[in-house]
Amino acid sequence: MQVTFKILRYNPEKDSEPHFEEYTIEGAPTMTVLDCLHKIKWEQDGTLSFRRSCAHGVCGSDGMKINGRNRLACGTLLKDINTNKVITIEPMPSMPIIKDLVLDMSDFYAKNKSVIPYLINNNPPPADGERLQSNEDAEMLFESAKCILCACCTTSCPSTWSNENYMGPASLLKAYRFVFDTRDEAADERLDIIDTPDGIWRCHTIFNCIEACPKEINITWHISQLKKKLSDREL
Amino acid sequence: MIHTFDVVIVGAGGAGLRAAVEIPKEYSCAVISKVFPTRSHTGTAQGGVCAALSNEEDDNWLNHAFDTVKGSDYLGDQDSIEIMCQDAPRAVIELEHMGMPFSRTPEGKIAQRKFGGHTKPEDPNDPNSKRVAVKRACYSADRTGHVMLHTLYENCIKNHVQFFSEYFLTDLIVEDGICKGVVALDISTSEVHIFHCKAVMFATGGYGRVYRITSNAHVGTGDGVALVYQSGLPLEDMEFFQFHPTGLWKLGILVSEAARGEGGILRNANGDRFMEVYAPTVKDLAPRDMVSRAIISEIRAGRGVKGSDGTFYINLDLTHLGKKIIDEKLPEITGFARTYLGVEPTKESVPIQPTAHYAMGGIPTNSDTEVYSDSKGNLVKGFYAAGECACVSVHGANRLGTNSLLDIIVFGRRGGKKIAEYLKTAERTAFTGDPSEKTKEKISKILNQSGNERTSVIRRELQENMMEKCGIFRNEKELKEMKELIKQYKERYNNISLQDKGTVFNTDMMETVELANMLDIAETICDGALNRTESRGAHTREDFDKRDDANWMKHTLIWKGKDGSGTTIDYKPVAKTRFEPMERKY
Repeated sequence: MQVTFKILRYNPEKDSEPHFEEYTIEGAPTMTVLDCLHKIKWEQDGTLSFRRSCAHGVCGSDGMKINGRNRLACGTLLKDINTNKVITIEPMPSMPIIKDLVLDMSDFYAKNKSVIPYLINNNPPPADGERLQSNEDAEMLFESAKCILCACCTTSCPSTWSNENYMGPASLLKAYRFVFDTRDEAADERLDIIDTPDGIWRCHTIFNCIEACPKEINITWHISQLKKKLSDREL
Repeated sequence: MIHTFDVVIVGAGGAGLRAAVEIPKEYSCAVISKVFPTRSHTGTAQGGVCAALSNEEDDNWLNHAFDTVKGSDYLGDQDSIEIMCQDAPRAVIELEHMGMPFSRTPEGKIAQRKFGGHTKPEDPNDPNSKRVAVKRACYSADRTGHVMLHTLYENCIKNHVQFFSEYFLTDLIVEDGICKGVVALDISTSEVHIFHCKAVMFATGGYGRVYRITSNAHVGTGDGVALVYQSGLPLEDMEFFQFHPTGLWKLGILVSEAARGEGGILRNANGDRFMEVYAPTVKDLAPRDMVSRAIISEIRAGRGVKGSDGTFYINLDLTHLGKKIIDEKLPEITGFARTYLGVEPTKESVPIQPTAHYAMGGIPTNSDTEVYSDSKGNLVKGFYAAGECACVSVHGANRLGTNSLLDIIVFGRRGGKKIAEYLKTAERTAFTGDPSEKTKEKISKILNQSGNERTSVIRRELQENMMEKCGIFRNEKELKEMKELIKQYKERYNNISLQDKGTVFNTDMMETVELANMLDIAETICDGALNRTESRGAHTREDFDKRDDANWMKHTLIWKGKDGSGTTIDYKPVAKTRFEPMERKY
């Protein structure tokens, strides 16, 4: 089947502003959008740039806007989108474009770092064994630990669009990952960091993040648990 | 631009990050990576990391070492294997202390599951009794590699490790036997950066992308290994490349051995559990080389399932496990089956085929990750390698599942420690010329050459033919054909003309440099396979179908030919401690 893509192109060495270019390829329902982008790059236009690595939704490299929604190119099959119309591919919003679909994600990574994203426990661990944790407590972390830092959630959030200082759902999810780890002792420090006007209270439960997350993480629920913890703390 | 550091680590997967965590704060350390650290391929490891913790049942590290030696088809160096298996419990506990989330036992300890080739004697008092599968793989659902990679990255943040993300390695500077640094391109600008340092560690990963069907990420093009070869240093045991038995049909996406560890069964077109014939005691949990061969043998005997496009596959049956086990313990891989093949694993079998998965061979090192410069045990001063790019050799002719995640945390740490020791007295040595010259020449040649070849076309032909002629089953005729094809590809490479001549995020150019690396890697795999006239582990010669200990119980070392074409081969003995070679039956 013939499939046509309209892809946002921008090369700072040549273009004063981004523009769309169209490509038509022979597709198949089981092809992913990443397969299609590769076909375009490898058979038609080698100048098209995008990030990718694992190609099955684990490394988080190829988040992009596909027909207006943030998705992973490798996790989106042609059979799941309307191929009768031209498929629009754009970089995710709210981040500067380096070239074509490649974004400068440094601000996103810096926000991830800001929530102290590592375990803190100043008591020495047992000399000859693991810190004990119930499987239920461990599983409380698993959903948040699934995050692949693709930025689909953060760049789909209207609060991010209107305020570039907002921490965003991905870093709040990372805060959850450690605040709710029974082995961690720095919950208060992290809660202080997110308890700011540009922190957790900028989340207006719009749920875009959940729709955008390719790992099907209920991000808003995790943020609500942090909000609950904060309000409990005030009591 | 010139950067000065004490140590530069290339690669930000598990081995590189674990080494970085180990470098003491008083030394400056940079980690260079082609991708942002959490995009590294370690993150796709699924089923577990092995350690004889005895959390679920009695076990000890000697059982683990025995299995690893036997799994390696006796080509693994037993001294290094003992070091790894003995250190495994400490290494896994340490990850837990760093914050890695694990699945847990009812007592709150790290949970463990069965995995291919991991066994113990049925009678604990009789080491020679029949061996049965043992729960040794420590896991976090089926995302063990993902949470390990993120935990190590997070610990690097904690230790203020300096990252150069999206820097593409283009040269290794070794002069007079001393490693002085590396050269890399900033992908976003194409600017050439020289890293001048006292010690370099390569943790650059594998090269599954030389094959058409692979579980490996697109970045797995063996850049580090190829640069070592291009620098005139030897590579070890390149002919041993593992095919994982269960890749998703036609796609090669990994379906972890954990699926069989939890009770999944392989069935042929007749619905028969054929592994009972090939490995009567451990059946579906036989090591990967044996299961992959069994699958191809079944398909060749006409017992494969015919797919919609006429190609054949084998069924992985998980339906009897029930929805609860599947959702709790195998959520990720069953999700892949649903997304990519439209198969519901709780109700129907998952179509699978073997997929190119892991390089046992690589940069020869000792158990402290120091790189050998020859077959006599001489070292390249200041040069280290760890992880899949290295060949210690703990995996010999065939790696056991879960031993790769163990390899990276054990040897990443040992490398970090050894480097720290070296840095106490090491000095930065001046370059003799301009170290960026070769990189600039290489890039400008690629950008300016003309012709009607495309990188993607040559790469696809290479991958398809490597699959056909240098894959699971090999023979002299096809290997010779492959050798000739690689020679032709190398000639055609000079006629590639790029469409993208720009400097900003030019992945057209990067893929072309990667292709040169892949061609060199393929050359070493093919020549090593042609030279080794026996069958051992993952290297199966149809024309020499027996293991030949009298002539081939030795490691291959392969160099680029002196005149710039072809290869030169020499050998290195296998280190033996306590395990006598025996017939490999399961």
